[in-house]
Amino acid sequence: MSDFLSQFGELFASYDVLGAFWVNIQLTFWAGLIALVVGCVLALFRISPVPSLAWVGTAYVTVFRNTPLTIIMVFMTLGVWGQLKIQVSDDFPTNFFWLAVIGLAIYHAAFVCESIRSGVNTVPLGQAEAARAIGLSFLPAARMVILPQAFRGAIAPLGNTLIALIKNSTVAAAAGVATETSTLLKNMIEFNSSLIYAIFLTFAVGYVILVIPVGLLTTTLSRRLAVRR
Amino acid sequence: MRARRTAVLAGLAACAIALTACSSDSDDGGDGGSTAGSGGGDTITIGIKYDQPGLGFKDGDKYSGFDVDVATYVAKDLGYDADQIEWKEAPSAQRETLLSTGQVDMIFATYSITDERKKTVSFAGPYFVAGQDLLVAEDDSDITGPESLNGKNLCSVSGSTSAQRIKDELASKVNLLEQPGYAECVTALSSGQVDAVTTDDIILAGLAAQPGNQGKVKVVGNPFSTERYGVGIPKDSDQCEAINTSLKKMFDDGSWDTFIKDNTEGTGYTPNADENPPALDDCA
Repeated sequence: MSDFLSQFGELFASYDVLGAFWVNIQLTFWAGLIALVVGCVLALFRISPVPSLAWVGTAYVTVFRNTPLTIIMVFMTLGVWGQLKIQVSDDFPTNFFWLAVIGLAIYHAAFVCESIRSGVNTVPLGQAEAARAIGLSFLPAARMVILPQAFRGAIAPLGNTLIALIKNSTVAAAAGVATETSTLLKNMIEFNSSLIYAIFLTFAVGYVILVIPVGLLTTTLSRRLAVRR
Repeated sequence: MRARRTAVLAGLAACAIALTACSSDSDDGGDGGSTAGSGGGDTITIGIKYDQPGLGFKDGDKYSGFDVDVATYVAKDLGYDADQIEWKEAPSAQRETLLSTGQVDMIFATYSITDERKKTVSFAGPYFVAGQDLLVAEDDSDITGPESLNGKNLCSVSGSTSAQRIKDELASKVNLLEQPGYAECVTALSSGQVDAVTTDDIILAGLAAQPGNQGKVKVVGNPFSTERYGVGIPKDSDQCEAINTSLKKMFDDGSWDTFIKDNTEGTGYTPNADENPPALDDCA
């Protein structure tokens, strides 16, 4: 047993495991932030009374929710950077970090949009009608009446999207981010194949540690903030 | 209610059957492994790469490449005809697991012999000594080796020995893009965004020999490392001597040269003559 534990010591001594997880957390943070903003706008489009905006929202969600994430990520490097020669940053690793963030954000914005829309569906129609009745037009009604209630109803699905995003951040390897966990995992197996069980457990447990608090937090929040009707 | 319960039971039964089918399947695999020594009418499972043109490549139901040719030759000497070989994909990260769980009997998949790997698996061979080299655009005459890479963009496969060597030795001078596979690297090379792709020379030669790449890229031919490709076998295997005998025969009867030539045709690639054909290691 102590022999097995010493394998973890060996891994942590020769590889920057925490640093790799930190890269994934940063990817998740920035991609989550952008996806939340874009997803909000898309949700507004989808519930708006303007047919062309609604169509744009629906088209975006349909396209990106049904495109595999890996394809989006590969497109970010080989398409956007490789063929279109668009550079986000002059520094090589930073460039791929942000390309990966954009790729993750584009993909998850579709899921954020649908989560928020599911929250909107929890708001009774009477609320929207009442908002209109007191003279609010679409945007103020959405901002002051619909969305605040919708967000409280959407916490659980948004949490699920965030958990998916944490785990999906490993796909950044496909976009050329070489310091994150899935690349480190491959590296460890390449050079320390005899420690395979310790390697596997390190990352499995690492992600459990990251994901469980998010799950607990969103469950608690959604229960506490739910609009009682 | 009764009808639903019957349906649930039927579903469970179906699952159980599926599971047993699965487990008896893996039993068969185990049998194949244990009888590998006797040869004869049984099959042999060999792990190869499916995505490396010129070495181990799956195209429809056809397998081609240098590793495939060598594996077929060795299997023949062990008593298995080509139609008794079951090919199985052996991605880099899964090779040790495939061997130690008995899912494959041998691995020919650009598998470098290292002391670390010898802790969990055994090796016969080596059957080829590769060296890390550079693949550049056909008209590129600036890049002649690792010393002329200053400020250049390089591409290699993430988690590979080649990528690690660049990071260890040239990190401050070059920009390294890490991609999931070599095909992605070659795409970036042909778009001009990276200046060179780096990994073992024979892998690069295989890429250069692909119809789509011929005449567009070339191998520099200045290897700066040695990677000794061995035949991966399970730790307790008794096949090492038999495989080595077969490899020795392959070097002597000219088959080895033919395999190299066939799989790198049109690229002008020649293996590092100082090291090849390699001297075989003693079986442990």
